[in-house]
Amino acid sequence: MTETSTGGKGAPATRRLSAFLYRHDRLRLAGLLTPPILWLVVLYIGSLGVMLVSSLWGVDSFTGSLVKKVSWSNYHTLFTEPVYRTVALRTLGIAISVTLIDLVLALPLAFFISKVVQGRRWRYALLIMVTMPLWASYLVKGYAWRIMFDKGGVIDWMFAPLGLHGPGLGLTATVVALAYLWLPYMVLPIYAGLERLPESLLEASADLGASPLRTLRSVVFPLLVPSVVAGSIFTFSLTLGDYIMVKIVGGTTQMFANIVYDNVGVAGNLPFAAAAAVFPIVVILGYLLAVRRSGALENL
Amino acid sequence: MAHAASQVASDVEGSPRGAAIRLRGLRKEFGSVVAVDLVDLDVEDGEFLTMLGPSGSGKTTVLRMIAGFVIPTAGRVELGGVDVTARPPFDRDVNTVFQDYALFPHMSVQENVEYGMRVRNVERGQRRRRAVEALDSVQLGGYGARRPSELSGGQRQRVALARALVNRPKVLLLDEPLGALDLKLREQMQVELKGIQRQVGITFVFVTHDQQEALTMSDRIAVFHDGRIEQVGPPAEVYERPATEFVAGFVGTSNLLRGAAARTVLGRDGIWSVRPEKIRVLDPGGVAETGLRFADGVVREVVYVGDVTRFVVELDAGGELVALQQNLHTSSSDVLAFRGRAVRLVWRPEHEFEVGAGTAGSPPAGGA
Repeated sequence: MTETSTGGKGAPATRRLSAFLYRHDRLRLAGLLTPPILWLVVLYIGSLGVMLVSSLWGVDSFTGSLVKKVSWSNYHTLFTEPVYRTVALRTLGIAISVTLIDLVLALPLAFFISKVVQGRRWRYALLIMVTMPLWASYLVKGYAWRIMFDKGGVIDWMFAPLGLHGPGLGLTATVVALAYLWLPYMVLPIYAGLERLPESLLEASADLGASPLRTLRSVVFPLLVPSVVAGSIFTFSLTLGDYIMVKIVGGTTQMFANIVYDNVGVAGNLPFAAAAAVFPIVVILGYLLAVRRSGALENL
Repeated sequence: MAHAASQVASDVEGSPRGAAIRLRGLRKEFGSVVAVDLVDLDVEDGEFLTMLGPSGSGKTTVLRMIAGFVIPTAGRVELGGVDVTARPPFDRDVNTVFQDYALFPHMSVQENVEYGMRVRNVERGQRRRRAVEALDSVQLGGYGARRPSELSGGQRQRVALARALVNRPKVLLLDEPLGALDLKLREQMQVELKGIQRQVGITFVFVTHDQQEALTMSDRIAVFHDGRIEQVGPPAEVYERPATEFVAGFVGTSNLLRGAAARTVLGRDGIWSVRPEKIRVLDPGGVAETGLRFADGVVREVVYVGDVTRFVVELDAGGELVALQQNLHTSSSDVLAFRGRAVRLVWRPEHEFEVGAGTAGSPPAGGA
């Protein structure tokens, strides 16, 4: 008897709370959304706002102290100094190359895992293998690539029979290493997109006389566009924001995020770093707008 | 004749004309499961053939082997006398209407219907015109610009049909195409489908687990069970003279008399069946005209269905029979009063048939 009464005492209270929340759906919604909204508004959008505002400030060149006076001078410098334009274009080029390489690798890989491999067990095993690089430390992977690309490394050795040298540390090494790092972020969305693609659509296409290549072109690719967009946002923005890999395998190469890093650390010019950090945001927003305008997302 | 010569020339061309589809010794294993075993079937040109069976009976697998989505483990698929067993789906002159319609969501209705012609490089103007005609023929004229997602289930069904028919295939395969529709719409589509088939004269192979659908639409029905065909025949034959106990049970209510019950009521051994609508329910001791068969029992259950009433009668001789009566003069309160009452069931001897369970094999007169 006592046992049921103690058990029964807790239960009605939670049940009463549940019933109360059930009747007051606004309260329920508030309980559900308060933590994520606080997180998003205060920590994310708030700090983004602070960054945007501070990008308009300046630093006293003599004392190095913050001058809270609004001006466009940081942006002016970014646009007019040829160095920054070169680095920006190079970074954009690296991001596009990394995205394209990952796309070319991820499409057949995801297709194989989703549509060719028979049996759930193998499929999961392969998916785990795809995500495995994410388990190791970033630095370990970075230095592994450095050793491979460095003089006398594995890559030089591979090119040797052709009478060639490897590309060494530099731009190529940076692109390859970053493409390797972000590949899982491209494979997974495309895999998910393929999983959502009903088998019967592929069969219907074949049934109507389309060869496998034609089915790929006319049915699979158009329906995968949203997944490719999702994956490319990952690879693109991750590349735009990266400054460590280029330091490890890039030799003297600089990427745009290095400008941010150097201005925070060495130069101590936080407003200029903030202005530089706006660049990747603008690029991603521009990309999203372009995707939206193309109408590729309207078929969902 | 020509076909005799070609028979000599090659095994492939050996089929006589008239068979749109010819299946020989078809077998499919999935791992250790035998989904289809030793299926032989000829489907004639212009025929409406239904493959009927419960889920897992192999009917859909056979359909998919005809379409080319599934490669048989053994056996042969011929289309129009040509062996296509090894050919991929895009190289076969058949089209399929899928269970989930499989309309391309990123294309308009018009583009969906044109797809087959587009991949075969049919000239643009002709493509347009034929697609519009096809949509008109399924009463979807003017819907071409819409997306499949903007259509109702019944309309999607029609688009799928138009998309397949517009290619003028020799054979149209339909994989439970009406399964997702509600009853009213399904009955309407049954009539329409049959009408379209008669009009275009294309061979239809229709897969369903709905016996009513099979009976109303088909020229012939092939009843599937455990990967094999139990019986092939016109609807009336399959219904009135089922070849096996399974067919008797799956197509209609089984209503079996066996063992002691069969001996007492019919004076014969074996397993016998009478369809419920052939049995009349009378008061005990009611008319026993000469030549009529009768069995006494107690009504165990009464199910009022509206147009008819179903009586489940426990026989004094053992076993149960279901009798179906039209509600000509009775209402639900009348018929429900029958529960627990003693009745006499009466039917004509010519309506009873022996169900060969594949064992005894004795002719009807044998046991008498």
